[in-house]
Amino acid sequence: MKKLAITASALALAASGAFAQELNLYNWGNYTNPKLIEKFEAETGIKVTITDFDSNDTALAKVKAGGHGFDLVVPSHTYVPIWISEGLLMESRPDQMENFAKVDPQWVDVEWDPGRHYTVPWQWGTTGVVVNTKYYDGDINTSAIFLDPPDELKNKINVVPEMGDVMALAVMYHGGEPCSDDRELLKQVRDTLVEAKQHWLGMDYGNIEKFAKEDMWAGVNWNGSTFRMRLANENIAYGYPKEGYPVWMDSVAVLKDAQNVDEAKAFQNFIMDPENAAMISEFARYANGIKGSEAFMPEDMKTAPEIVIPEELKPAGVFNSTCPPATQALYTRIWTDLQK
Amino acid sequence: MSKQAETPFPPGALEREAEIADTRNRWLLSLPAIVIIVCAAAGPLLVMVVYSFLTPGDYGNVKWEFSLDGWTNTIVQRDIFDDTLIWADAHLSIFWRSFSLSLITTILTLIIGVPTAWFVATQPPGRREFWLFLVTVPFWTNLLVRTIAVQELIRSEGVINLILLKIGIIDAPIQMMFTDFAIGFGMTYVYLPLMVLPVYAAVDKLDFRLVEAAHDLYAGRWTAFRRVILPLIKPGIIAGSILVFVPCLGAYVTPRVLGGGKNLMFGNLIELQFGAGRNWPLGAALSLMLMTAVMVALIFYVRITSREQADG
Amino acid sequence: MVETARPTPTETVAPAMTVPRREPRGYSVRTLPGFAAMAIFTFVGLYAPILILVTYSFNAGSSLAIWEGFSLRWYYQAAANEAVQDAAIRSLYLAFCAASIATVAATMAALATTRTRRFPGKTMIYSLINQPLMIPEIVTAVALLIVFAAIKVWTGHTSMIYLIAAHTAFCVPFAYLPIRARLETMDTTLETAAQDLYASRWLTFRRVTLPLMWPGIVAGLMLAFVISLDDVVITEFVKSAGQETIPTYMLGQLRRVVTPEVNAISTVILMAGVILVALFFRLTSRRR
Repeated sequence: MKKLAITASALALAASGAFAQELNLYNWGNYTNPKLIEKFEAETGIKVTITDFDSNDTALAKVKAGGHGFDLVVPSHTYVPIWISEGLLMESRPDQMENFAKVDPQWVDVEWDPGRHYTVPWQWGTTGVVVNTKYYDGDINTSAIFLDPPDELKNKINVVPEMGDVMALAVMYHGGEPCSDDRELLKQVRDTLVEAKQHWLGMDYGNIEKFAKEDMWAGVNWNGSTFRMRLANENIAYGYPKEGYPVWMDSVAVLKDAQNVDEAKAFQNFIMDPENAAMISEFARYANGIKGSEAFMPEDMKTAPEIVIPEELKPAGVFNSTCPPATQALYTRIWTDLQK
Repeated sequence: MSKQAETPFPPGALEREAEIADTRNRWLLSLPAIVIIVCAAAGPLLVMVVYSFLTPGDYGNVKWEFSLDGWTNTIVQRDIFDDTLIWADAHLSIFWRSFSLSLITTILTLIIGVPTAWFVATQPPGRREFWLFLVTVPFWTNLLVRTIAVQELIRSEGVINLILLKIGIIDAPIQMMFTDFAIGFGMTYVYLPLMVLPVYAAVDKLDFRLVEAAHDLYAGRWTAFRRVILPLIKPGIIAGSILVFVPCLGAYVTPRVLGGGKNLMFGNLIELQFGAGRNWPLGAALSLMLMTAVMVALIFYVRITSREQADG
Repeated sequence: MVETARPTPTETVAPAMTVPRREPRGYSVRTLPGFAAMAIFTFVGLYAPILILVTYSFNAGSSLAIWEGFSLRWYYQAAANEAVQDAAIRSLYLAFCAASIATVAATMAALATTRTRRFPGKTMIYSLINQPLMIPEIVTAVALLIVFAAIKVWTGHTSMIYLIAAHTAFCVPFAYLPIRARLETMDTTLETAAQDLYASRWLTFRRVTLPLMWPGIVAGLMLAFVISLDDVVITEFVKSAGQETIPTYMLGQLRRVVTPEVNAISTVILMAGVILVALFFRLTSRRR
């Protein structure tokens, strides 16, 4: 064991000798293409260390506490305003960087970072419903799939345990805006969820296998993950609820207390290059926000129905914003009631 | 044990001095463990005690304003729709779920773990450590991968169902995945070594001459087990039960993966407050309550056993 | 200990109270009915999921549950993936450090708090040592995050020491309870005898107490090791940049997609452990 440790530290030493510059990226687990990092290291001579987080809240709590040693972080759009208002991000001005012209104009003046003074697009996607069409051939572009499930699908439904997404879907199903604090509406939302839950099989992540092997037939899921499911089982289809569905984007930001600021900015610039952005998408199977990256994408992603939103369902997509604390508290209570 | 327990005569000055020195030595001997726990577990928890009396921050963390809401909300909450005060029945039912799961897991690990520990401890000396090691080897792998593998066993088309179908016990696959059975099965799997190892440590020391003597006095095997063996290995069984029962109360990864996560465990409820729920004071209060309850039960147990020891 | 198995089986147990001579028993007092069967059932049960885990590490497909043929693909991938190797080595190193420190501290504490009269503070030491068990991990994790982050900012020092300290602390009760259970079944007769024969306290400890309590120590050490190896929540909150362990690496994957790469790594750790320990037993048994 000791020997192992010595070898490990020797390796670390050798590594730090080879690279004069370093960069610490704090990202979602299994979200960063290793080939992208290799390319970045080869082009810049900067050694990248990736550390994973598993939720926005963990990442926020850790960076806020300090002493973390990270340079770059990849929060979801709903959290970016929190990161900015808590003074955790550095104004790295991606909008003045060389590759900024490649960013798709629709992702420039975004609500959570107008004009992109802090963040660079990493990937974006949608939260919708997944259905195995072998068992149900009705309309799948509706949240009724899990909120008022057809008999065929009952007890085979899985809902991802993601409070923000599920609450947003349910609120929009009842005609509200995400983050609505209308008590009457929320009462309906709660009753619908509690009623629907009886017909759910589980509320779990990581279900690609269970859908592929048809242990589960329907549910709430992210588009990129559904894409992987379809590759494993061709009966699986992704639906965009017409009542409204959440759209989200994760973005890369430099931390205020970053040790390696120049390297971090170099990375922000690097991923705005279409070829590099395509590598990000190729790995995690979500779209990025860079114009011209399609040219470098794998063939099966260019036309994937999980990535290309049908024109008529585009307006139903909503970027849910950061809910005010009081509303968040209400949602937590409903969520707890649902799972008690 | 009785040697040091009670002195028949009122202690003289010399004895008292010896007693003081003995107490000091025992504290010194415990010091490394105490220092480690105070520095890296119990001490930092004082932060949580303070936090439980503050106001939740807007986006997690706390605001430095005094508030008792964290504590009162563990028991009573305002109804979110008509603002009346109601019992926090969600918290109670979630606690009850965790409590019963812990109890079931402890009983199952006892039923399975005691015979296993017995089997290991009655192997020829020199081979025991090897068997013991075999008990812990599966746990060198990762918890999540292991839980996924357990799930693979109990799927509708999993190995267990296939075998049962083949030998004709059942006609159609049983739905085991995401049921209470799955949670119990998985928890027993995960917590088994915590029962087997302490029980092993006790059985290994068992003086079989006493069992022999019991049989010589015409005790049946069951009587001998109940009246002789069980009392002798009791310390191991109690240690194992504590190690299984108490951490089980706060466990949530295995129940979530195997139970499908439809229902919260007490651990999830607390995690939710520190995560998306953004109510750190409530999370702190809930967990301190749990800790106090367990601690009181444990101290009660220590008092009783030490009285038993003093009497015996 | 006397081996008591007798060769001639009789059909009933202690048949007649009136028989003055002892009937030979048809069984050993060391076996209990059904216990061996239950133990074998347990071992099968313990290893069945492990068999599945190892099997899928050889899967050609990228799934943990859909078999697509044999391949060493994930072993190659793990061998090429520096991050996951570092995480594996870090996990083992951490578990080794934390478990050994915790076991030494726990052994001392167990010696201090068992086989004694009630001394002032005994209950307090006992509850303090068991405190890490009693609170859900997430709470300790958040508390440690706040305190350790302050120390990290203040000292500018962010090495593995924080993770080792945190792991050692929650390993202590897991090592302490088996050792304590062992000590409680021992009385002080042998030690007293040794001291009556003029053995010094240290010699008594080394030659009498330690060998007697050894199985408890082994049990405690093994338990502490696997507990540290599997810890995810506290590690997730305490780790600094670049301090990924296998469990936190897995936790990050859970939400995306879990590939058999971790199965491959787990299999390698498993095999390394088995070989190491087999060698160890080989050597020690030869010496005996």
